Amino acid sequence: MRLTRLTPHERANIAFGGFTASAALVIMAVLAFIVWDVLSQGLPRLSWEFVSAAPRDGMTAGGIFPAIFGTVLLVLIMTAAVIPVGVITAIFLFEYAKPDSLFARAVRSAVYNLAGVPSIVFGLFGVGFFIQFVGGNLDRLFSDGQVIWGQPAILWAALTLAVLTLPVVIVATEEALRTVPREHREAALALGSTRFEALWKVVLPQAVPGILTGAILAVARGAGETAPILFTGAAYFLPHLPTSGHDQFMHLGYHVYVLATQSPDIEATKPILYGTVLVLLLVTVILNLLAIGLRNRLRKQRA
Amino acid sequence: MSRSRTPIVQAEEEAPMPATRESGLELVAAPRPATTLPRYARRRAVDAFARWIIAAIAFTAIAAVALIFLFVAKEALPVFTSPEVHEEVTVERMVLPQAWKEGAAPSFSWQPVSKVPKYSLAPLVAGTFKVTLIALLFAVPLAVMAALFSAEFAPPRVRETLKPAIELLAGVPSVVLGFFALMVLATFFQDTFGLTFRLNALVAGVGLGLTIIPVVYTVSEDALIAVPRSYREAALALGASRARTAWSVVLPAATPGVFAAIVLGFGRAMGETMIVLMASGNAAILSADPMVSVRTIPATIAAEMGEVVVGGAHWSVLFFLGSLLFLVTLVFNGLGGWYVGRLRKKVGGTA
Repeated sequence: MRLTRLTPHERANIAFGGFTASAALVIMAVLAFIVWDVLSQGLPRLSWEFVSAAPRDGMTAGGIFPAIFGTVLLVLIMTAAVIPVGVITAIFLFEYAKPDSLFARAVRSAVYNLAGVPSIVFGLFGVGFFIQFVGGNLDRLFSDGQVIWGQPAILWAALTLAVLTLPVVIVATEEALRTVPREHREAALALGSTRFEALWKVVLPQAVPGILTGAILAVARGAGETAPILFTGAAYFLPHLPTSGHDQFMHLGYHVYVLATQSPDIEATKPILYGTVLVLLLVTVILNLLAIGLRNRLRKQRA
Repeated sequence: MSRSRTPIVQAEEEAPMPATRESGLELVAAPRPATTLPRYARRRAVDAFARWIIAAIAFTAIAAVALIFLFVAKEALPVFTSPEVHEEVTVERMVLPQAWKEGAAPSFSWQPVSKVPKYSLAPLVAGTFKVTLIALLFAVPLAVMAALFSAEFAPPRVRETLKPAIELLAGVPSVVLGFFALMVLATFFQDTFGLTFRLNALVAGVGLGLTIIPVVYTVSEDALIAVPRSYREAALALGASRARTAWSVVLPAATPGVFAAIVLGFGRAMGETMIVLMASGNAAILSADPMVSVRTIPATIAAEMGEVVVGGAHWSVLFFLGSLLFLVTLVFNGLGGWYVGRLRKKVGGTA
């Protein structure tokens, strides 16, 4: 009834606006469906045993503790490597470099290109550089040709991921530095501090929440990436937890991949599979929500 | 910084002569100011040292890109140079159709672990483009329309929920999307269309589309918002409806940005591994039919890398594929990024 009283303009607006809204709705619906599907089939599987025990009976029973442990350890090593380098690179770009100097522009374009390199190429890089070159040479120098470092290992996988997540940290840190008012730097310098002191004691403390956002995003990304670790250190099943840098490790994403594609009896492994996907999804989604929330709050504060 | 004796500081204190200092460290050479701030020289030294270290570490990003290309290309080099590898594979045999058996018609075939290893790249390249194209056909209309909605129609509250939600989609690990395509989408498509192959290019393409929706949406939305207000006001003042304004004025004005979004999405889709590896069926079939299984370049590397002999012909070919992927995505990202950069500058200029 009301529709007939609308002007042609209003009808066009409702029709086309509704059409574009339905596109947005479809995207939301797919996202919601993925989350719902994983939740509804994975949640019944979740128990203390599932997150604290090792797999049993050919991956059809038990838990995924080694995969959780491996993923956490991997991401910790990665974070330890990527945060200092990423933060310092951002500091260089924002605080020290002249924006149009050749070096700064080269760093910037390298960061941009690094973000676009396909993850599988990072995997090849990990094999070619870390395992074959660095690891191989370490073995030749220190262990008389015995293969210790020149094979897939958690350290190499973590460093590969560190290179992959470097742009995430740099971009977030730069945004954090941008939120620190210029007057604070000027005040510090005017009081006689050196540039480094102003940075260390005035600018960086204020940028910590923003840097944290970057770290969380990097962790979320690193925890979810599977392609780069396929042949740099992940293993499907290991009887022991990794205890040293040259051990292999189990990983949630790799576990999902193998269970989903190479299981001889997919129905028997399906509950474990859904449980693993749920854990992985929970970890990445919660971390991402945390980072998005933190960043929006920081942006509001600045505005 | 700790107050302990770092070598630089020591040199500082042992040689207080201005002349020696000048020749030693460049930035310590500043003359002592009239006001005597405490430990001035040492603080200057720390400052100079920090500046140097920070610039050195910033070099890591450049080194990383260079090393990635160098070490992937290095392992691929035998494809061109090694006579041992040439017994199994040459560039010619990868590119041109080959008669694999005596008297057989020349064909393209990728079977690197058969008795006669076959390394035709055509099925892989065609497969990569096929899946990427399907992903774009699925993702671009959805993402661009959603961007138009959030830029032109959505109330602020709706827009503020839509944006983070789509960012969240970007945060879903690709292995989870691959799992979803494999377990749910594949069954759904098979039941609806009655397909022979459960895993095929269509399933992989749609799954892949999910990963590029966020990029296309974000960049398109930026481009749409960047269209000057005066365009909209002019159209509305001429009596156009908001719908007409959005479709006939704002969207065309944002075309370069939307195009950049598509190019970036293309680059992203091409390099994506896990989804395609899990949901495409991985059969290297040269066909235009979207309903048959397909094998892409990244999936080939991921699937075969684990079982090759280090340094062998197959190993080199896989690294060769990796270098190819690296270069192609570099070009696409460069093109897209260049457009986006120009766009940002324009927005910054008018704002």
